[in-house]
Amino acid sequence: MTMDNNTVQNAPKSSGPKFDWSVVSRHGGVFALIAILLFNVLITPNFLHPQTLFVNISQVATIAIVAVGMTLVIATGGIDLSVGAIMALSGALAPLIFTSPFAEANPELGLALSIIVPIIVALACGVFNGALVSLLNVQPIVATLIFFISGRGIALVLTNGNLQTFTNPAFSYLGTGKILGFPFQGYLVVIIAICVWWVMSYTVFGRQLLAVGGNERAAELSGVPVKRVKIGAYVICAGLSGLAGLIVVAINSASDAARIGNLMELDAIAAAVVGGTLLQGGKAPIFGAILGAVIIQLVKYTLLANGVADEVALIAKAGIIVLAVYVQQARKE
Amino acid sequence: MLDTTAFDLRRYIQGNNHSLGVWITLIALIVFGVMRYDNFGGSYNISSFLNYNAMFIVIAVGMCFVIMTGGIDLSVGSVAAFTSVVAAYLSPYGIQVALPGAVAAGLAIGGLNAFFVVAMRIPPFIATLATMLGAKGGALVISGAQTISIDWTSNFTKLGLEKAFGILPWTIVITAIVVVGLWVLLEKTSLGRTVLAIGGGEDASVMMGLNVTRAKVLVYVLSGGCAGMAGLFLASGFGAGQPLEGVGWELSAIASVVVGGTLLTGGMGSISATVAGALLLGLVFNILNFENGRGVISLSAYWQMVIRGAFLFAVIVFQSRVASTAKKGTI
Repeated sequence: MTMDNNTVQNAPKSSGPKFDWSVVSRHGGVFALIAILLFNVLITPNFLHPQTLFVNISQVATIAIVAVGMTLVIATGGIDLSVGAIMALSGALAPLIFTSPFAEANPELGLALSIIVPIIVALACGVFNGALVSLLNVQPIVATLIFFISGRGIALVLTNGNLQTFTNPAFSYLGTGKILGFPFQGYLVVIIAICVWWVMSYTVFGRQLLAVGGNERAAELSGVPVKRVKIGAYVICAGLSGLAGLIVVAINSASDAARIGNLMELDAIAAAVVGGTLLQGGKAPIFGAILGAVIIQLVKYTLLANGVADEVALIAKAGIIVLAVYVQQARKE
Repeated sequence: MLDTTAFDLRRYIQGNNHSLGVWITLIALIVFGVMRYDNFGGSYNISSFLNYNAMFIVIAVGMCFVIMTGGIDLSVGSVAAFTSVVAAYLSPYGIQVALPGAVAAGLAIGGLNAFFVVAMRIPPFIATLATMLGAKGGALVISGAQTISIDWTSNFTKLGLEKAFGILPWTIVITAIVVVGLWVLLEKTSLGRTVLAIGGGEDASVMMGLNVTRAKVLVYVLSGGCAGMAGLFLASGFGAGQPLEGVGWELSAIASVVVGGTLLTGGMGSISATVAGALLLGLVFNILNFENGRGVISLSAYWQMVIRGAFLFAVIVFQSRVASTAKKGTI
């Protein structure tokens, strides 16, 4: 972080200030990542151990998945505060389903339902958010506030606030499975990112989504189905949040509705912003969001691995967010 | 003569229909509560209800100012947690030190928000998100992630326990003073009118020669100060500084403001309706407690989150016609 800070401050001094600013701001995330990696290789003990890599991949996956969805929503000029609550809802539902007598009688069907039903519920939440935003013209922050407050409440009511622990190796594969030694959810992130990137770059829906974020009125006048596109963004974001909720539960083999996805909306927004998403909309750098998620995870890890308290890590996260947006802002002006 | 009064009345209702809903609902809920439960209208319930909700009212009123400029302050919950710890540390020196100390800490963080938003031109949503994380971290650092007990021998305890002039707890009296003071600031001073003008159109306000910078700095500092005051109430109410409290308070405060009929796009807003909104959200919880007390149903505290969300939904649908005619904002 300190190194990135230096890069930013030194940039105007070197040659043409305008040129350097654009380089720094366009690739600020990459610079930051390199700086953190260098710092860790030099300072953090055992950083190059494969175990470190696995731990970080399994932890970053949920942030990255939600951040991809958040990026789409922000690209329409909106925001989704409900992602953490939707994670809690889907995370609470899954164990309820596969520990039910019906699922224990039919394990395969029970497992399938415990993945499909929570995600359908999450998608329905997305439809609700999107409908409020696009059909009732409610500001996104208010519309998604409803589920932010009540979604976790519903999850807590469903589980009566109890911690649900379980042993279900098949379901836990989502969070603890390994392919060629790498965590399963790492592959999931890569697949999701490539799919969403492809959708954004090569499909009509993707181009329409960017058009809506760039200039909603112009998009509407040129025949883009603005309402449908916006609902689509919220639905995708909610569905990905639902998936992330399942992964968290699978990692822990336990589901605590009060904790799953707590403050996830902040991590996801931070990852998207650090990755270069403009809050005004019109841009959806999917791989940038992944990069942002990795940076946030690495900063957290670096501080913890070096004995810095969790709470100081929060302050560092705050600093990163301000810096990232400030650099972005400087580019715009 | 008759014609003009009729016209005025209609215009008044039209002009205030965004905050009419909250008053009607609030009165309806109070009437419902008084008729259904024995001690609902009793002085004990009223006093303890207001005492507990004082911190939410103060925060919501500060938030209202920020929202009227078209901004937002997400840091209030963390700031309250931070200043509750500050207040607990200062409690041995008495309320005369703890109160200014906690409010000053809040004002300082509000000043930081103002610096980010006004000087660094960072969007309010992001700037206050960062101070939210920072203040939360700060609260945990200075408290060592422990609750900090207040000094029970000092006069700090009078704040929540002793009644001013034998009628209402000091907390409520102070809240009333803050609310009235901010109402005067908004309605009766040029600075207050500037706040509204900024939300109506920032560029136009600048061109009209209004001191936009000063007003924007004011709202963030004010919101921080209100959160600081709420932290003081938190410490006094729970008898300890609470570094882990305040999660989600910013969103309750926003909900109060929105329920009170203020649009997040700014340019309009009402202090009284915001207070009504905060009372309404608190009342939902209060009525739930009474209903559980009757023993017929047993809804867990988790239901209050669901019901609050449903309330917010109802109000938003009610408001959506007003909102769709007003200008659209991004966030």
